[in-house]
Amino acid sequence: MQTSKQAINYLNLFIYLLAFSSGFSIMCIELLAGRILAPFFGSSVHIWGSIITVFMLSLALGYLLGGKLSTSAVSITRYGFIFIFAGITLIPIVTSSTWVMENIFLAIEDSRYGSLLASTILFFIPTIILGMLSPYSVRLLVKNSNESGQVAGRLYFVSTLGSALGTIITSFYLVLWFNIDTIVITVSIVLCLLGLCAIVWDKVNARVKKASVSGDISHA
Amino acid sequence: MPKLLCNRRVTALLAISVLLTNTVLAKVIHSERSLYRNILVEDKGDTRCLKFNVKSNNTRQSCLFKSKPQQLVFNYTKQLLAGLLINPKPERILIIGLGGGTMSNTLHQLLPDSQIDNVEIDQSVIKVARQYFGFIENENIKTFSQDGRVFIKRALLRKQAYDWIILDAFDGDYIPEHLMTKEFLIEVKDLLTEQGILTANTFSSSELYNYESATYKAVFGDFYQVVNKDNSNRIILASKSASLPKLDKQTSSLAQHKKLSHLAEFFQVIGVDSKLLYKNMTSTDQHQDWPAASPVLTDQFSPANLLKIDSD
Repeated sequence: MQTSKQAINYLNLFIYLLAFSSGFSIMCIELLAGRILAPFFGSSVHIWGSIITVFMLSLALGYLLGGKLSTSAVSITRYGFIFIFAGITLIPIVTSSTWVMENIFLAIEDSRYGSLLASTILFFIPTIILGMLSPYSVRLLVKNSNESGQVAGRLYFVSTLGSALGTIITSFYLVLWFNIDTIVITVSIVLCLLGLCAIVWDKVNARVKKASVSGDISHA
Repeated sequence: MPKLLCNRRVTALLAISVLLTNTVLAKVIHSERSLYRNILVEDKGDTRCLKFNVKSNNTRQSCLFKSKPQQLVFNYTKQLLAGLLINPKPERILIIGLGGGTMSNTLHQLLPDSQIDNVEIDQSVIKVARQYFGFIENENIKTFSQDGRVFIKRALLRKQAYDWIILDAFDGDYIPEHLMTKEFLIEVKDLLTEQGILTANTFSSSELYNYESATYKAVFGDFYQVVNKDNSNRIILASKSASLPKLDKQTSSLAQHKKLSHLAEFFQVIGVDSKLLYKNMTSTDQHQDWPAASPVLTDQFSPANLLKIDSD
């Protein structure tokens, strides 16, 4: 009994860690977005208007979709796949952002709408997926309705803390040490690895459970 | 600013300022918070300055003498005119970063037929330049409220070209980092005519110096630097042509110069010492004062503001 309780705690800790990473990644990418757009759309105030609007909108949609997804067949494996998916959708920022921005620059004269469209194409999908993780994490952590508020509060705390750190570390240090592409690729790899860890964890756990169940049966 | 000259109150103020000489108190005559910064117009005796911040001293962006508005106050604005020694009759001029519009006014005075395009990101700065600094606009002088990099990209698409591009977009506190990268400088170079030159008002101290110098060298090859010891500014003077145009330092008097003789009188009027200008110009093919291995700033890597903090 004791051991299974311990295992659950570890799993919860792991989920909190994942939520922290998703918060970190969102703000890290949002901050870099300003840098990525500047060569084509400048650094006027409306560039940040475009970026923040797109991030807020996609997070809103992500929360909605993540909540919906958590209503059926909820599993750590699926949770892990969301991470991997988020990591993969970040890659076009590195591979095609110049091409995308060049074309938008040619098509749209007004840098307000140009930057809005560019940030939509580049950041909308990955941010939606990163946003889906929050409600999904709540679903995984909540065991009874009594504690749901507390769990949600703790999760917001952890993921927002991640966002704060993602903002300050990226803007103070990462841009001083690395290329933008290097940072984005690293975030993408870390997200994929964390997702993979979650999937492996789920597999191993299932096997252990199966073994312990069959052990119990043989004992009986 | 002939209007100001005739203004009686100003003349009265002037008289007082002469009496009190150095003890005149600075008076803020206009202040506003724009989308980008605080803008202050400050009168101190005969000097009127545009400031982007109150506390630090190195934020005087643009100044003029109210009694002699045609004279240039700042060393760096004088240093920027070194561009004329290389390219004496630019027909199309682009100025990135308006300030009080003093540079545009000065050049218009010398070259009334030349076309000057001013680009300034901050609409409020344009307004203040018009209201308080007698910024002249006419069919030859246009102002665009736009990010400098975006303007240059659009100008390239329109197949425009300039004989002289003046980059003066850095104030003492904040550097637009996308205006420091190799990619940006390549765009600037592409926008120059064959004989075209770039003069950039930048920094002479901090770790950024090495990075910035390496970046300019990577794009333009060797360039001239106009330095001034009592000033933290330096001017980079780069040209599009593969070989750096030669400076005839022997003929230090402009009047003796065939091509430059028309500048002599003008420089005197605006208070520029051409001998000093020549003296302060050095070429990087003779004297390169940064480590050869300094990294180049790119759109991928341009932590200009952080580099500046590091060594402040």
